[in-house]
Amino acid sequence: MAVAPVRTPLDVERIKLDFPILQRPVYGDKRLVYLDSASSAQKPRQVIDRLVEVYETGYANVHRGVYHLGALATEWYEESRDIIAGFLNAPDRREVVFTRDTTEGLNLVAYAYGRMAAGPGDAIVATEMEHHSNMVPWQFLAQQTGATLHYVRLTDDGRLDPDSLSALDGVDNVKIVAAAHVSNSLGTVNDIPGLARWAHDRGAVLVVDGAQAAPHRAVDVQALGCDFYAISGHKLCGPGAGALWGRAELLERMPPFLTGGEMIRTVELERTSWNDLPWKFEAGTPAIAECIAFGAAVRYLQGIGLEAIAEHEHALTRYAYDVLDEIPGVVQYGPPPDERAGIMSFNVADVHPHDVAQILDSEGICVRAGHHCTQPLMRRYDLTATTRASVYLYNTSQDIDALADGIAKVRRTFGV
Amino acid sequence: MDDFYRENILDHYRNPRNSGHMEHPSASADGVNPLCGDELSVELEVEDGMVTDVRYNGRGCAISQAAASMLSEAIKGRKLDEIRDLGKEDVLDELGIPLTPIRLKCAMLSVGVLKVAVSQLTGEPLPQEWAGSDEIRWNSA
Repeated sequence: MAVAPVRTPLDVERIKLDFPILQRPVYGDKRLVYLDSASSAQKPRQVIDRLVEVYETGYANVHRGVYHLGALATEWYEESRDIIAGFLNAPDRREVVFTRDTTEGLNLVAYAYGRMAAGPGDAIVATEMEHHSNMVPWQFLAQQTGATLHYVRLTDDGRLDPDSLSALDGVDNVKIVAAAHVSNSLGTVNDIPGLARWAHDRGAVLVVDGAQAAPHRAVDVQALGCDFYAISGHKLCGPGAGALWGRAELLERMPPFLTGGEMIRTVELERTSWNDLPWKFEAGTPAIAECIAFGAAVRYLQGIGLEAIAEHEHALTRYAYDVLDEIPGVVQYGPPPDERAGIMSFNVADVHPHDVAQILDSEGICVRAGHHCTQPLMRRYDLTATTRASVYLYNTSQDIDALADGIAKVRRTFGV
Repeated sequence: MDDFYRENILDHYRNPRNSGHMEHPSASADGVNPLCGDELSVELEVEDGMVTDVRYNGRGCAISQAAASMLSEAIKGRKLDEIRDLGKEDVLDELGIPLTPIRLKCAMLSVGVLKVAVSQLTGEPLPQEWAGSDEIRWNSA
Protein backbone atom coordinates (compact mmCIF):
# COMPACT_ATOMS: atom_id res chain seq x y z
CA MET A 1 0.00 0.00 0.00
CA ALA A 2 1.41 3.37 -1.00
CA VAL A 3 1.48 5.94 1.78
CA ALA A 4 -0.40 9.12 0.91
CA PRO A 5 1.85 12.19 0.62
CA VAL A 6 1.75 14.94 3.22
CA ARG A 7 -0.40 18.01 2.52
CA THR A 8 0.61 20.82 4.83
CA PRO A 9 -0.41 24.46 5.23
CA LEU A 10 3.19 25.38 6.20
CA ASP A 11 6.06 26.45 3.97
CA VAL A 12 8.46 24.22 5.89
CA GLU A 13 11.47 24.85 3.65
CA ARG A 14 11.22 28.55 4.49
CA ILE A 15 10.60 27.85 8.19
CA LYS A 16 13.68 25.62 8.35
CA LEU A 17 15.83 28.54 7.26
CA ASP A 18 14.85 30.28 10.52
CA PHE A 19 16.61 27.52 12.51
CA PRO A 20 20.40 27.82 12.23
CA ILE A 21 21.04 24.44 13.83
CA LEU A 22 19.07 22.67 11.11
CA GLN A 23 21.57 23.98 8.56
CA ARG A 24 24.51 22.16 10.16
CA PRO A 25 25.43 18.71 8.93
CA VAL A 26 26.40 15.96 11.37
CA TYR A 27 29.01 13.19 11.12
CA GLY A 28 30.63 14.79 8.08
CA ASP A 29 27.99 15.52 5.50
CA LYS A 30 24.85 13.89 6.90
CA ARG A 31 21.70 16.00 7.03
CA LEU A 32 20.50 16.63 10.59
CA VAL A 33 17.08 15.07 11.13
CA TYR A 34 15.72 16.33 14.43
CA LEU A 35 12.83 14.22 15.70
CA ASP A 36 13.10 14.94 19.43
CA SER A 37 11.15 18.17 19.85
CA ALA A 38 8.93 16.57 22.50
CA SER A 39 12.07 16.56 24.63
CA SER A 40 13.21 20.06 23.68
CA ALA A 41 12.62 22.13 20.56
CA GLN A 42 15.25 23.87 18.42
CA LYS A 43 15.47 27.66 18.41
CA PRO A 44 14.74 30.04 15.52
CA ARG A 45 16.99 33.00 14.71
CA GLN A 46 14.25 35.33 16.04
CA VAL A 47 14.60 33.86 19.56
CA ILE A 48 18.40 33.72 19.47
CA ASP A 49 18.48 37.35 18.25
CA ARG A 50 16.17 38.42 21.05
CA LEU A 51 18.47 36.85 23.66
CA VAL A 52 21.44 38.66 22.13
CA GLU A 53 19.46 41.91 21.92
CA VAL A 54 18.60 41.71 25.62
CA TYR A 55 22.19 41.10 26.67
CA GLU A 56 23.61 43.69 24.27
CA THR A 57 21.11 46.50 24.69
CA GLY A 58 18.72 46.07 27.60
CA TYR A 59 19.97 43.83 30.36
CA ALA A 60 19.70 44.60 34.07
CA ASN A 61 17.79 43.12 36.97
CA VAL A 62 14.02 43.56 36.84
CA HIS A 63 11.73 45.49 39.21
CA ARG A 64 14.68 47.12 40.99
CA GLY A 65 16.79 49.53 39.00
CA VAL A 66 15.79 53.20 38.85
CA TYR A 67 18.11 53.57 35.89
CA HIS A 68 17.16 53.28 32.23
CA LEU A 69 18.41 49.73 31.64
CA GLY A 70 16.55 48.38 34.65
CA ALA A 71 13.35 50.01 33.45
CA LEU A 72 13.83 48.65 29.93
CA ALA A 73 14.51 45.08 31.12
CA THR A 74 11.44 45.26 33.36
CA GLU A 75 9.30 46.55 30.51
CA TRP A 76 10.42 43.72 28.23
CA TYR A 77 9.99 41.12 30.96
CA GLU A 78 6.44 42.23 31.72
CA GLU A 79 5.66 42.56 28.03
CA SER A 80 6.64 38.88 27.66
CA ARG A 81 4.16 38.02 30.42
CA ASP A 82 1.44 39.79 28.41
CA ILE A 83 2.38 37.81 25.32
CA ILE A 84 2.15 34.52 27.23
CA ALA A 85 -1.14 35.56 28.85
CA GLY A 86 -2.53 36.16 25.36
CA PHE A 87 -1.06 32.89 24.11
CA LEU A 88 -2.99 30.93 26.76
CA ASN A 89 -6.02 33.26 26.59
CA ALA A 90 -5.62 33.97 30.30
CA PRO A 91 -8.28 36.44 31.47
CA ASP A 92 -5.79 38.32 33.62
CA ARG A 93 -2.04 38.90 33.20
CA ARG A 94 -1.59 38.56 36.98
CA GLU A 95 -2.42 34.88 36.55
CA VAL A 96 0.79 34.13 34.61
CA VAL A 97 3.78 33.23 36.78
CA PHE A 98 7.22 32.78 35.26
CA THR A 99 8.85 29.51 36.27
CA ARG A 100 11.88 27.51 35.26
CA ASP A 101 9.78 24.95 33.38
CA THR A 102 6.66 22.79 33.62
CA THR A 103 8.19 20.75 36.43
CA GLU A 104 8.59 23.84 38.58
CA GLY A 105 5.08 25.02 37.75
CA LEU A 106 3.56 21.70 38.81
CA ASN A 107 5.67 21.59 41.97
CA LEU A 108 4.56 25.13 42.78
CA VAL A 109 0.93 24.01 42.64
CA ALA A 110 1.58 20.81 44.59
CA TYR A 111 3.45 22.69 47.29
CA ALA A 112 1.53 25.94 47.63
CA TYR A 113 -1.99 24.85 46.69
CA GLY A 114 -1.67 21.19 47.63
CA ARG A 115 -0.53 21.73 51.22
CA MET A 116 -3.33 24.22 51.69
CA ALA A 117 -6.06 22.09 50.15
CA ALA A 118 -5.26 18.47 50.98
CA GLY A 119 -5.09 16.68 54.30
CA PRO A 120 -5.90 13.33 55.93
CA GLY A 121 -9.10 11.88 54.47
CA ASP A 122 -8.72 13.88 51.24
CA ALA A 123 -8.01 12.42 47.84
CA ILE A 124 -5.86 13.36 44.87
CA VAL A 125 -6.48 11.86 41.43
CA ALA A 126 -3.82 11.60 38.73
CA THR A 127 -3.51 9.44 35.63
CA GLU A 128 -1.33 6.44 34.86
CA MET A 129 0.09 8.20 31.78
CA GLU A 130 1.58 11.17 33.62
CA HIS A 131 5.15 12.28 33.16
CA HIS A 132 7.00 11.83 36.46
CA SER A 133 6.80 15.62 36.91
CA ASN A 134 2.99 15.39 37.19
CA MET A 135 3.06 12.23 39.30
CA VAL A 136 5.89 12.42 41.82
CA PRO A 137 4.81 15.84 43.24
CA TRP A 138 1.37 14.33 44.00
CA GLN A 139 2.87 11.20 45.55
CA PHE A 140 5.02 13.43 47.69
CA LEU A 141 2.05 15.64 48.60
CA ALA A 142 0.00 12.58 49.58
CA GLN A 143 2.84 11.30 51.77
CA GLN A 144 3.29 14.68 53.42
CA THR A 145 -0.37 15.44 54.05
CA GLY A 146 -1.92 12.01 54.63
CA ALA A 147 -4.15 12.35 51.55
CA THR A 148 -4.67 9.30 49.35
CA LEU A 149 -3.63 9.17 45.68
CA HIS A 150 -5.81 7.45 43.07
CA TYR A 151 -5.10 6.86 39.40
CA VAL A 152 -7.16 6.85 36.25
CA ARG A 153 -5.90 3.79 34.37
CA LEU A 154 -5.24 3.36 30.66
CA THR A 155 -6.84 1.39 27.86
CA ASP A 156 -4.71 -0.91 25.74
CA ASP A 157 -4.44 1.77 23.05
CA GLY A 158 -3.15 4.40 25.45
CA ARG A 159 -6.23 6.41 26.36
CA LEU A 160 -7.70 7.21 29.75
CA ASP A 161 -10.07 4.38 30.58
CA PRO A 162 -13.55 5.89 31.14
CA ASP A 163 -14.52 2.88 33.29
CA SER A 164 -11.54 3.55 35.50
CA LEU A 165 -12.63 7.17 35.93
CA SER A 166 -16.19 6.04 36.73
CA ALA A 167 -14.75 3.67 39.32
CA LEU A 168 -13.43 6.74 41.12
CA ASP A 169 -16.90 8.37 41.24
CA GLY A 170 -17.36 7.12 44.78
CA VAL A 171 -14.10 8.53 46.13
CA ASP A 172 -14.89 11.23 48.69
CA ASN A 173 -13.14 14.53 49.27
CA VAL A 174 -11.28 14.72 45.98
CA LYS A 175 -9.35 17.98 46.21
CA ILE A 176 -7.01 17.86 43.23
CA VAL A 177 -7.12 16.19 39.81
CA ALA A 178 -3.90 16.19 37.78
CA ALA A 179 -3.66 15.27 34.10
CA ALA A 180 -1.54 15.85 31.02
CA HIS A 181 -3.17 17.67 28.13
CA VAL A 182 -1.06 15.53 25.79
CA SER A 183 0.89 12.39 26.80
CA ASN A 184 4.62 12.81 26.22
CA SER A 185 5.08 9.08 25.65
CA LEU A 186 2.10 8.19 23.48
CA GLY A 187 0.79 11.50 22.11
CA THR A 188 -2.68 10.82 23.55
CA VAL A 189 -4.80 14.00 23.67
CA ASN A 190 -6.88 14.02 26.82
CA ASP A 191 -10.36 15.49 27.20
CA ILE A 192 -9.44 18.36 29.51
CA PRO A 193 -12.92 20.00 29.54
CA GLY A 194 -14.42 16.63 30.53
CA LEU A 195 -11.86 16.13 33.31
CA ALA A 196 -12.45 19.72 34.47
CA ARG A 197 -16.20 19.02 34.81
CA TRP A 198 -15.45 15.77 36.67
CA ALA A 199 -13.14 17.64 39.06
CA HIS A 200 -15.45 20.62 39.57
CA ASP A 201 -18.45 18.36 40.24
CA ARG A 202 -16.48 17.21 43.27
CA GLY A 203 -15.27 20.61 44.33
CA ALA A 204 -11.74 19.75 43.19
CA VAL A 205 -9.36 21.72 40.99
CA LEU A 206 -7.85 20.44 37.75
CA VAL A 207 -4.09 20.86 37.29
CA VAL A 208 -2.93 20.39 33.70
CA ASP A 209 0.55 19.53 32.44
CA GLY A 210 0.52 21.46 29.17
CA ALA A 211 4.16 20.81 28.23
CA GLN A 212 3.32 18.73 25.15
CA ALA A 213 0.23 20.67 24.09
CA ALA A 214 1.02 24.39 24.20
CA PRO A 215 3.87 24.21 21.63
CA HIS A 216 1.69 22.41 19.11
CA ARG A 217 -1.92 23.61 19.27
CA ALA A 218 -3.90 26.66 20.29
CA VAL A 219 -4.50 26.54 24.04
CA ASP A 220 -7.35 28.48 25.65
CA VAL A 221 -7.33 27.96 29.40
CA GLN A 222 -10.80 29.49 29.71
CA ALA A 223 -12.30 27.12 27.15
CA LEU A 224 -10.47 24.16 28.70
CA GLY A 225 -12.03 25.01 32.07
CA CYS A 226 -8.98 23.93 34.08
CA ASP A 227 -7.63 25.72 37.15
CA PHE A 228 -3.85 25.51 36.62
CA TYR A 229 -1.92 25.03 33.37
CA ALA A 230 1.87 24.62 33.29
CA ILE A 231 4.09 25.00 30.21
CA SER A 232 7.78 24.97 29.24
CA GLY A 233 9.26 27.62 26.98
CA HIS A 234 12.09 25.38 25.80
CA LYS A 235 9.61 23.00 24.15
CA LEU A 236 8.08 25.83 22.12
CA CYS A 237 11.28 27.14 20.52
CA GLY A 238 12.15 29.37 23.47
CA PRO A 239 15.04 29.26 25.94
CA GLY A 240 14.98 27.71 29.42
CA ALA A 241 12.00 29.37 31.04
CA GLY A 242 8.47 28.25 31.78
CA ALA A 243 5.12 29.63 32.86
CA LEU A 244 2.29 28.63 35.13
CA TRP A 245 -1.21 29.92 34.63
CA GLY A 246 -3.55 29.70 37.61
CA ARG A 247 -6.92 31.21 38.48
CA ALA A 248 -6.39 34.49 40.32
CA GLU A 249 -8.74 33.58 43.17
CA LEU A 250 -6.70 30.43 43.85
CA LEU A 251 -3.31 32.13 43.51
CA GLU A 252 -4.52 34.86 45.89
CA ARG A 253 -5.42 32.30 48.56
CA MET A 254 -2.22 30.28 48.18
CA PRO A 255 0.83 30.82 50.34
CA PRO A 256 4.08 31.43 48.45
CA PHE A 257 6.19 28.60 47.03
CA LEU A 258 9.72 30.01 47.32
CA THR A 259 10.37 32.94 49.63
CA GLY A 260 13.00 35.67 49.53
CA GLY A 261 13.51 38.76 47.46
CA GLU A 262 11.00 40.16 44.98
CA MET A 263 8.05 38.19 46.37
CA ILE A 264 7.64 40.42 49.43
CA ARG A 265 5.92 43.72 50.17
CA THR A 266 7.33 44.55 53.59
CA VAL A 267 9.69 42.52 55.72
CA GLU A 268 10.09 43.00 59.43
CA LEU A 269 12.30 40.88 61.64
CA GLU A 270 9.38 38.67 62.67
CA ARG A 271 6.94 38.84 59.78
CA THR A 272 6.57 39.53 56.10
CA SER A 273 3.70 40.49 53.83
CA TRP A 274 3.56 39.12 50.30
CA ASN A 275 3.82 40.94 47.04
CA ASP A 276 0.88 41.12 44.64
CA LEU A 277 0.24 38.52 41.96
CA PRO A 278 2.11 37.29 40.04
CA TRP A 279 5.31 38.42 41.77
CA LYS A 280 4.30 36.67 45.01
CA PHE A 281 5.39 33.51 43.21
CA GLU A 282 8.57 34.88 41.63
CA ALA A 283 11.12 34.88 44.42
CA GLY A 284 14.65 35.93 43.58
CA THR A 285 16.05 37.08 40.27
CA PRO A 286 14.30 35.32 37.40
CA ALA A 287 15.94 34.08 34.19
CA ILE A 288 15.42 37.57 32.76
CA ALA A 289 16.68 37.24 29.19
CA GLU A 290 15.18 33.75 28.88
CA CYS A 291 11.76 34.97 30.03
CA ILE A 292 11.91 37.84 27.55
CA ALA A 293 12.96 35.54 24.69
CA PHE A 294 10.19 33.12 25.73
CA GLY A 295 7.82 35.89 24.60
CA ALA A 296 9.72 36.15 21.31
CA ALA A 297 9.26 32.39 20.80
CA VAL A 298 5.51 32.70 21.38
CA ARG A 299 5.36 35.62 18.91
CA TYR A 300 7.24 33.51 16.37
CA LEU A 301 4.78 30.62 16.70
CA GLN A 302 1.81 32.99 16.59
CA GLY A 303 3.20 34.52 13.40
CA ILE A 304 3.12 31.10 11.77
CA GLY A 305 -0.18 30.17 13.41
CA LEU A 306 -0.85 27.50 16.02
CA GLU A 307 -3.73 26.05 14.01
CA ALA A 308 -1.50 25.69 10.95
CA ILE A 309 1.24 24.08 13.07
CA ALA A 310 -1.28 21.61 14.49
CA GLU A 311 -2.57 20.79 11.01
CA HIS A 312 0.98 20.29 9.70
CA GLU A 313 1.88 17.99 12.58
CA HIS A 314 -1.30 16.01 12.17
CA ALA A 315 -0.51 15.40 8.50
CA LEU A 316 3.05 14.34 9.39
CA THR A 317 1.82 12.08 12.20
CA ARG A 318 -0.61 10.37 9.87
CA TYR A 319 2.20 9.90 7.33
CA ALA A 320 4.67 8.62 9.92
CA TYR A 321 2.15 6.19 11.34
CA ASP A 322 1.49 4.72 7.90
CA VAL A 323 5.21 4.56 7.02
CA LEU A 324 6.12 2.84 10.30
CA ASP A 325 3.12 0.53 9.98
CA GLU A 326 4.56 -0.88 6.76
CA ILE A 327 7.95 -1.81 8.26
CA PRO A 328 8.09 -5.45 9.38
CA GLY A 329 8.92 -5.84 13.05
CA VAL A 330 7.91 -2.31 14.03
CA VAL A 331 5.35 -2.17 16.84
CA GLN A 332 3.68 1.19 17.52
CA TYR A 333 2.08 2.24 20.79
CA GLY A 334 -0.70 4.67 21.56
CA PRO A 335 -4.00 5.75 20.04
CA PRO A 336 -4.70 5.94 16.30
CA PRO A 337 -2.90 8.80 14.51
CA ASP A 338 -6.05 10.89 14.08
CA GLU A 339 -6.48 10.99 17.84
CA ARG A 340 -2.98 11.89 18.90
CA ALA A 341 -0.42 14.65 18.80
CA GLY A 342 2.87 14.40 16.86
CA ILE A 343 4.49 11.69 18.96
CA MET A 344 5.37 8.23 17.63
CA SER A 345 6.42 5.66 20.22
CA PHE A 346 7.58 2.33 18.82
CA ASN A 347 9.91 -0.62 19.04
CA VAL A 348 11.81 -2.47 16.32
CA ALA A 349 11.37 -6.21 17.00
CA ASP A 350 13.37 -7.02 20.14
CA VAL A 351 16.16 -4.51 19.49
CA HIS A 352 16.69 -2.35 22.54
CA PRO A 353 15.62 1.29 21.94
CA HIS A 354 19.09 2.51 22.94
CA ASP A 355 20.55 0.45 20.11
CA VAL A 356 17.86 1.72 17.72
CA ALA A 357 18.60 5.32 18.69
CA GLN A 358 22.36 4.78 18.39
CA ILE A 359 22.07 3.47 14.85
CA LEU A 360 19.63 6.26 13.90
CA ASP A 361 22.14 8.72 15.34
CA SER A 362 24.83 7.35 13.03
CA GLU A 363 22.54 8.50 10.19
CA GLY A 364 22.08 11.97 11.70
CA ILE A 365 18.62 11.20 13.11
CA CYS A 366 17.88 12.39 16.66
CA VAL A 367 15.21 10.44 18.54
CA ARG A 368 14.57 9.73 22.20
CA ALA A 369 15.02 6.22 23.59
CA GLY A 370 14.06 5.21 27.09
CA HIS A 371 11.10 5.39 29.43
CA HIS A 372 10.46 9.09 28.69
CA CYS A 373 10.02 9.80 32.41
CA THR A 374 6.86 7.66 32.43
CA GLN A 375 7.93 4.44 34.15
CA PRO A 376 4.41 3.49 35.34
CA LEU A 377 3.09 3.90 31.78
CA MET A 378 5.90 1.67 30.48
CA ARG A 379 5.05 -0.93 33.10
CA ARG A 380 1.36 -0.77 32.10
CA TYR A 381 2.34 -2.00 28.62
CA ASP A 382 5.02 -4.39 29.90
CA LEU A 383 7.78 -2.31 28.32
CA THR A 384 11.10 -1.15 29.68
CA ALA A 385 11.57 1.45 27.00
CA THR A 386 10.49 2.66 23.57
CA THR A 387 11.99 4.69 20.77
CA ARG A 388 10.14 7.98 20.38
CA ALA A 389 10.09 10.21 17.33
CA SER A 390 8.30 13.54 17.67
CA VAL A 391 7.60 16.18 15.04
CA TYR A 392 7.35 19.95 15.02
CA LEU A 393 6.85 22.80 12.58
CA TYR A 394 10.30 22.32 11.00
CA ASN A 395 9.91 18.62 10.18
CA THR A 396 9.04 17.27 6.75
CA SER A 397 8.01 13.98 5.21
CA GLN A 398 11.68 13.58 4.16
CA ASP A 399 12.54 13.42 7.86
CA ILE A 400 10.08 10.56 8.27
CA ASP A 401 11.51 8.86 5.17
CA ALA A 402 14.99 9.22 6.70
CA LEU A 403 13.65 7.62 9.88
CA ALA A 404 12.30 4.70 7.84
CA ASP A 405 15.67 4.29 6.09
CA GLY A 406 17.38 4.38 9.49
CA ILE A 407 15.08 1.69 10.83
CA ALA A 408 15.94 -0.41 7.78
CA LYS A 409 19.60 -0.10 8.82
CA VAL A 410 18.68 -1.17 12.36
CA ARG A 411 16.97 -4.25 10.95
CA ARG A 412 19.98 -5.09 8.74
CA THR A 413 22.45 -4.60 11.60
CA PHE A 414 20.55 -6.77 14.04
CA GLY A 415 19.18 -9.21 11.49
CA VAL A 416 15.54 -8.69 12.48
CA MET B 1 30.02 6.13 14.03
CA ASP B 2 29.22 3.63 11.34
CA ASP B 3 31.23 0.80 12.85
CA PHE B 4 29.72 1.24 16.30
CA TYR B 5 27.98 -2.11 16.08
CA ARG B 6 31.01 -4.02 14.87
CA GLU B 7 30.65 -7.67 14.20
CA ASN B 8 32.32 -8.80 17.44
CA ILE B 9 29.92 -6.73 19.57
CA LEU B 10 26.92 -8.09 17.73
CA ASP B 11 28.35 -11.61 18.02
CA HIS B 12 28.73 -11.30 21.79
CA TYR B 13 25.21 -9.80 22.00
CA ARG B 14 23.63 -12.60 19.95
CA ASN B 15 25.72 -15.39 21.45
CA PRO B 16 26.62 -14.32 24.96
CA ARG B 17 29.53 -16.29 26.47
CA ASN B 18 29.18 -17.74 29.94
CA SER B 19 25.48 -16.98 30.19
CA GLY B 20 23.04 -18.72 32.51
CA HIS B 21 23.36 -19.85 36.09
CA MET B 22 25.62 -22.09 38.18
CA GLU B 23 24.53 -24.48 40.93
CA HIS B 24 26.55 -23.18 43.85
CA PRO B 25 28.09 -19.79 43.19
CA SER B 26 30.60 -18.44 45.69
CA ALA B 27 29.05 -15.01 45.25
CA SER B 28 26.42 -13.34 43.14
CA ALA B 29 25.01 -9.89 42.53
CA ASP B 30 22.61 -8.18 40.21
CA GLY B 31 21.96 -4.69 39.00
CA VAL B 32 19.36 -2.72 37.09
CA ASN B 33 19.81 0.46 35.11
CA PRO B 34 16.36 2.07 35.42
CA LEU B 35 17.28 4.62 32.78
CA CYS B 36 16.87 2.02 30.08
CA GLY B 37 15.78 -1.13 31.89
CA ASP B 38 19.04 -3.05 31.39
CA GLU B 39 19.25 -5.96 33.83
CA LEU B 40 22.30 -8.04 34.63
CA SER B 41 23.22 -10.63 37.23
CA VAL B 42 26.60 -12.23 37.79
CA GLU B 43 27.61 -15.42 39.58
CA LEU B 44 31.18 -16.23 40.48
CA GLU B 45 32.96 -19.42 41.43
CA VAL B 46 36.08 -18.55 43.35
CA GLU B 47 38.87 -20.85 44.57
CA ASP B 48 41.98 -19.67 46.42
CA GLY B 49 41.26 -16.05 45.56
CA MET B 50 40.91 -16.79 41.86
CA VAL B 51 37.82 -16.69 39.63
CA THR B 52 37.47 -20.22 38.25
CA ASP B 53 34.07 -19.75 36.63
CA VAL B 54 31.58 -16.97 35.89
CA ARG B 55 28.02 -16.70 34.65
CA TYR B 56 26.22 -13.60 33.47
CA ASN B 57 22.51 -13.46 32.90
CA GLY B 58 20.52 -10.50 31.77
CA ARG B 59 18.59 -8.58 29.21
CA GLY B 60 18.99 -5.17 27.74
CA CYS B 61 20.77 -3.32 25.00
CA ALA B 62 23.55 -4.75 22.85
CA ILE B 63 26.23 -2.72 24.62
CA SER B 64 25.29 -3.86 28.14
CA GLN B 65 24.98 -7.50 27.17
CA ALA B 66 28.04 -7.64 24.89
CA ALA B 67 30.18 -5.95 27.56
CA ALA B 68 29.15 -8.61 30.08
CA SER B 69 29.93 -11.41 27.64
CA MET B 70 33.36 -9.97 26.83
CA LEU B 71 34.13 -9.34 30.47
CA SER B 72 33.19 -12.90 31.40
CA GLU B 73 35.92 -14.19 29.11
CA ALA B 74 38.43 -11.69 30.42
CA ILE B 75 38.02 -12.44 34.12
CA LYS B 76 38.20 -16.22 34.15
CA GLY B 77 41.43 -17.25 35.83
CA ARG B 78 42.00 -13.75 37.21
CA LYS B 79 42.69 -13.04 40.87
CA LEU B 80 40.10 -11.17 42.96
CA ASP B 81 42.46 -8.25 43.54
CA GLU B 82 42.92 -7.92 39.79
CA ILE B 83 39.14 -7.72 39.41
CA ARG B 84 38.99 -5.19 42.20
CA ASP B 85 41.30 -3.02 40.13
CA LEU B 86 39.23 -3.28 36.94
CA GLY B 87 38.09 0.10 35.68
CA LYS B 88 36.16 1.81 32.95
CA GLU B 89 39.11 1.68 30.58
CA ASP B 90 39.24 -2.12 30.75
CA VAL B 91 35.64 -2.42 29.62
CA LEU B 92 36.11 0.20 26.91
CA ASP B 93 39.21 -1.66 25.71
CA GLU B 94 37.18 -4.84 25.44
CA LEU B 95 34.40 -3.12 23.49
CA GLY B 96 36.89 -1.21 21.34
CA ILE B 97 34.53 1.71 20.66
CA PRO B 98 34.09 5.16 22.19
CA LEU B 99 30.94 5.63 24.26
CA THR B 100 28.96 8.74 25.19
CA PRO B 101 28.26 9.11 28.95
CA ILE B 102 24.74 7.66 28.61
CA ARG B 103 25.98 4.55 26.81
CA LEU B 104 28.92 4.26 29.20
CA LYS B 105 26.37 3.44 31.92
CA CYS B 106 25.14 0.55 29.75
CA ALA B 107 28.64 -0.86 29.50
CA MET B 108 29.50 -0.30 33.16
CA LEU B 109 26.63 -2.40 34.49
CA SER B 110 28.69 -5.53 33.82
CA VAL B 111 31.72 -4.37 35.78
CA GLY B 112 29.53 -2.84 38.49
CA VAL B 113 27.73 -6.07 39.41
CA LEU B 114 31.10 -7.81 39.36
CA LYS B 115 32.45 -5.32 41.90
CA VAL B 116 29.43 -5.92 44.14
CA ALA B 117 29.97 -9.70 44.03
CA VAL B 118 33.68 -9.34 44.77
CA SER B 119 33.10 -6.97 47.68
CA GLN B 120 30.79 -9.59 49.19
CA LEU B 121 33.57 -12.17 49.04
CA THR B 122 36.36 -10.00 50.30
CA GLY B 123 34.28 -8.08 52.81
CA GLU B 124 35.81 -4.87 51.49
CA PRO B 125 33.37 -2.01 51.00
CA LEU B 126 32.36 -1.15 47.47
CA PRO B 127 34.63 1.60 46.12
CA GLN B 128 32.95 5.00 46.23
CA GLU B 129 32.82 5.45 42.47
CA TRP B 130 30.68 2.31 42.20
CA ALA B 131 28.70 2.62 45.42
CA GLY B 132 27.84 6.18 44.53
CA SER B 133 26.49 5.39 41.07
CA ASP B 134 23.33 7.46 40.98
CA GLU B 135 21.22 5.68 38.44
CA ILE B 136 22.20 2.04 38.73
CA ARG B 137 20.59 0.05 41.50
CA TRP B 138 22.63 -2.79 42.93
CA ASN B 139 21.46 -5.80 44.88
CA SER B 140 23.67 -8.47 46.29
CA ALA B 141 22.24 -11.93 46.61
